[in-house]
This record gives sequence, C-alpha cells and structure tokens, in this order.
Amino acid sequence: MKGRILRAPGRAGLSVWGAPLLSIVLLLMFLGLWHAGTKPEAGKQVVTDEYAKLVGGEAATGQKSALPTPADVGRTLWGHLNDPFYDKGPNDKGIGIQLAYSIARVALGYFLAALVAIPVGFLIGMSPLVYRALDPFIQVLKPISPLAWMPLALFTLKDSSVSSIFVIFICSMWPMLINTAFGVASVRKEWLNVAKTLEVGPLRKAFRVILPAAAPTIMTGMRISIGIAWLVIVAAEMLVGGTGIGYFVWNEWNNLSIANIISGILAIGLVGMFLDLSLAKLTKLVTFPE
Amino acid sequence: MSDPLIRIEGIAKRFAGRGIETTVFDDLYFSVQPGEFVCLIGHSGCGKTTILNILAGLDEASEGYVFVGGREVSGPSLDRAVIFQSHALMPWLTVMGNIAFAVTSRWPDWNREKVREHCQKYIDLVNLTGAEKKRPAELSGGMKQRVGIARALAIQPQMLLMDEPFSALDALTRGVLQEEVLRICAETNQTVFMITHDVDEAILLADKIVLMTNGPRAKIAEIVVNTMPRSRTRHDLHKHPHYYRIRNHLIEFLVDRSRAFDGTSAAAGYDPRNPPLVQPGLDPGAAADGATVIPERSTTPALVAVR
Repeated sequence: MKGRILRAPGRAGLSVWGAPLLSIVLLLMFLGLWHAGTKPEAGKQVVTDEYAKLVGGEAATGQKSALPTPADVGRTLWGHLNDPFYDKGPNDKGIGIQLAYSIARVALGYFLAALVAIPVGFLIGMSPLVYRALDPFIQVLKPISPLAWMPLALFTLKDSSVSSIFVIFICSMWPMLINTAFGVASVRKEWLNVAKTLEVGPLRKAFRVILPAAAPTIMTGMRISIGIAWLVIVAAEMLVGGTGIGYFVWNEWNNLSIANIISGILAIGLVGMFLDLSLAKLTKLVTFPE
Repeated sequence: MSDPLIRIEGIAKRFAGRGIETTVFDDLYFSVQPGEFVCLIGHSGCGKTTILNILAGLDEASEGYVFVGGREVSGPSLDRAVIFQSHALMPWLTVMGNIAFAVTSRWPDWNREKVREHCQKYIDLVNLTGAEKKRPAELSGGMKQRVGIARALAIQPQMLLMDEPFSALDALTRGVLQEEVLRICAETNQTVFMITHDVDEAILLADKIVLMTNGPRAKIAEIVVNTMPRSRTRHDLHKHPHYYRIRNHLIEFLVDRSRAFDGTSAAAGYDPRNPPLVQPGLDPGAAADGATVIPERSTTPALVAVR
C-alpha cells in the first residue's frame, strides 16, 4: 500500500509529509479536547450564598477542574526542562535526576542479566541435554511476576536499591535467555557443516559462525528485555521508594500534583521509546540480508 | 595405476525406524584415483548425498570403511573440501571474508596480507575479480556458487567433493560454470568426486561415471568409463562419435535398468566388490542404435536431466 502511494506521480509530497501532519493534527485535537474538558468555568457561582460570602471572590465563582489543563502541564514541564537536575532533599529532586536513577538501575540489572543469560542461552542452544535439564526451571521461573521477587529480595539483600536492580535482572533475563537459546539452536546446519569440514575449533566456531548467525535473534531478545525492564522499574520504584522516576510519580500522587504525574508519565514514555529505538538500531547493525 | 586416493570398502547405511530397519544402500565398493574426476549418478533416494557426506566425514556409515590416502576417514578434514548444493556461504561475510574464513582455518598463522593475497588468487580464478567486497545477498546464484568453488579450492584440498553443485542454477549459468570447473580441474589436476543427476553434466566433466540403482538397498550397478578425450568442451561434445553411445547407455540405465537391477541381474556374475567397468563409447553396435533412438539431444528434454 505504502509503495503504491510512493509511486503515484505528484503525490510524493503528501506521502512524505502526510503522516507527520496527521500526527500533529491528532495531537492538537487531543490537546483541544483536553483543554475543553478541564477549563475553569468562570463567573458561575457554584456554592451557596452564605459560603460564597464566607470564602470570598475567587473560590465562589470559579470551579477549577481536578485535572490540570494542557497549559498547566506545559508550564510544569517547562519548569522541569529548565531545571531537571535540582536536588532539594529526599522528597524534592529534579525529574532528570530521578530518570537518571531509574536508567542506571535498569542498565545495571539489564547488563548483569545479559552477562548471565547470553552464555547460558548459548549453552542451552548448543546442547539438547542442557536444554532438557534446564527447561522445567525456565518454564516455572519465566511466568513469575518480577515484583513477586521483591519481598524475598528485600529480605535477603537488605537494600531497596539493590533489590530493584535484582528485580530488573530477573525480569530481563528470560527473553534474552530464550531467544539466545533459540537463535543458537537454529543456526543453519549448512554453516555448521562448513565449519566442520574446515576443522574449525569450538571457540572459533562459537564466535565466528554461531554468534553472528544467532546475533539478530539474540538482539531481538535483548530488545524485548529492555522494554520489560523499563516497565518493571517504574513499579519497583513505586514499591521501594526513595529515588527514581517510579518513586517520583508516586510521590507526586501523594502531593496530589496531577501536572507532575502527567509530566512523569510523559518522561517514562519518551525514555522507553529512546531505549527501544537504540536497541532497534543495534539489531539492524547485526542483521544480515539473506 | 597408482594407489587410489579414495577407497570405499563395503559401506552401508541403515536407519532403524519402529522395529523395521531400512537399508538405504549396502555393499558399496569403488575407488577414485588421484587426478580423476568421478561422477555418481542415480535417482533421488538412493543415498547419493549420504555417500558424499560419509566421504566428507559429516556422516557415518553403518558398516564398511572409507580410506583416503590410505588412512581411514574418522571425521571431516581440510584435505577434503566440500562444495554444497546450497553454496552455504555465510551471509554476514563478504566474498573475501567467506574465502578468508576458510583460508585462516587452514593456515591459522598466516598474516592478514598473505591471506588476502591467497584469497585474491582464487577470486580471480573463478572470475569474480571486483566482487570481493560484496555480500552473498548481492550476488546472483551463479556468482554465489563461484564463491563456494573458490572457498573450496582456496584451502588446496587433496580432493573436492561436490554435491549437485549446479542443480540450483539456470541452464545457461550452469553451462558456463561446468566449463570453468573443467578448466580449473585441468589446470590444478584436482581430484573430484561429484554427485549429479544430469547425464550431460556427467559426460562433460567425468572420467568415470558410477551408476547407482534405485533405493532402498541401492547398489553400484556398473562404472562407465568416459572414453572421450579430456579436452572435450560443451560446444563440441556432441560431435564426438562416443558421445551418443555413452549418453544412451546412461539414459537407458536410469530409465530402465536402475529400477530392474536386483537379485536376478545380480545372478549373472555380478560382484558388488568389483562392479563391472564398461566402455559404451567403444561399443560400435550402440552407435547406430543410439543415433536412431535419440537423434538430437534437445528432442527428449525429459530425459536430459533425470530428477
């Protein structure tokens, strides 16, 4: 469909700019609806006369919606962007610092998971015996919600920050492990036969034949993992508190600052998108055309 | 004749499936002399590829022995290079990278420059000069198979094993590559064992053509000696008086005798240890016969390539 539009003469301009334009129109429509739904209705008295007399002018005539207007959120966002890294004590840190805490935790847990999952996945993929031996454990451990590990982690590790890293570790492990094993197990027989007839040693075979052949599948697993890790870190930080974007959102809920909550949500989405795009780029680098 | 480079003694392949044992082939004996080009022809299912894999060391025979250069085969070796039907190039490596992978496997202590030079020599040999930096996905089927040939030759093996190397190519490309293989083998005096189901390919390339009967329990029915001079080319092959005699003999075998060959024909002095060596090209009786049966090679396309 896309190809046909591209090939139609005189419509190239529309096909290039059509989608972004439509995105902008949709965004504006959404902001418009949001604005209309939350704008304060000025001039109309919504309380009884006695109460109005008691509280005076503004409170009596304008009922502000509980939800902030787009402009409110915009102002809050602008404030965060202007000063993302301030630190005014444990309950008031800039959104940049909070995001940095979360990203650091995800990066550490994810990196440790890759360090374990990729070699173990390699082993599982190479040896049907190891695969069959480990399969029951993987099948039981895989469906466990990462947060279910949290109490156990808190008890044994005795540190909330280390516990959230452990939760990231455990949740990013499975997609990487399973995809690595699958990628390694499904390396084409003919490439292995080439390696055999060339009397290639096991290490050289692993790094020069199996790894490049399985790399696209492994990278796909890593991409799934980073997505899950980013989903889980928000929940984990809400639970353990202290620092991080998840804690920030929860803290702003306690402050009943809806504008800050929305800013936090937006930041989570943008960082998640950035992480996914980077992994997609890396996947493209190791993918080979057949 | 000198000692054979390859000697196959009574190999068999059996598969055990649900209580019934299937014998694909058994009691095979034949040998390949150094510098010889031997083709194995037979219908699908007679175990041709299995025989090649056993020779390559990728598969094991259920019975019997394979000797290469007087020593028993106990696994793959750099002395026996394989050209795979599906070319089996690694798509993440360039043409140069694919060949260099083989060269560095053979000579791990060579420096980069020496490897590059050596690879270039073989890239030039298969007429791929200029395509060194291309990846397999950017090459046509014929060019990919050229890389496969260069990769196999670059490790300078004692012998080349080819598993229907040209069957996935179009007729024109196939013809060009066959002539190149003929040229390269003449230049390097390479010993080759090739599997094919293309009669004309066998006549063009092979010094000896091993005929296999249909499976299960396939046997070597006979070995046909190609009596045409080695200087033959695709262009003037069919002008030689031996051509149709050999060709008709092969086709007649593939169409009728490969199926009918069993205990009854074996009774007539057939010895699997010593399959009859025949020279249909020198048999004058077959000439008139053959010329009337198949006057033009193109009139019976169904028989040209028995698949």
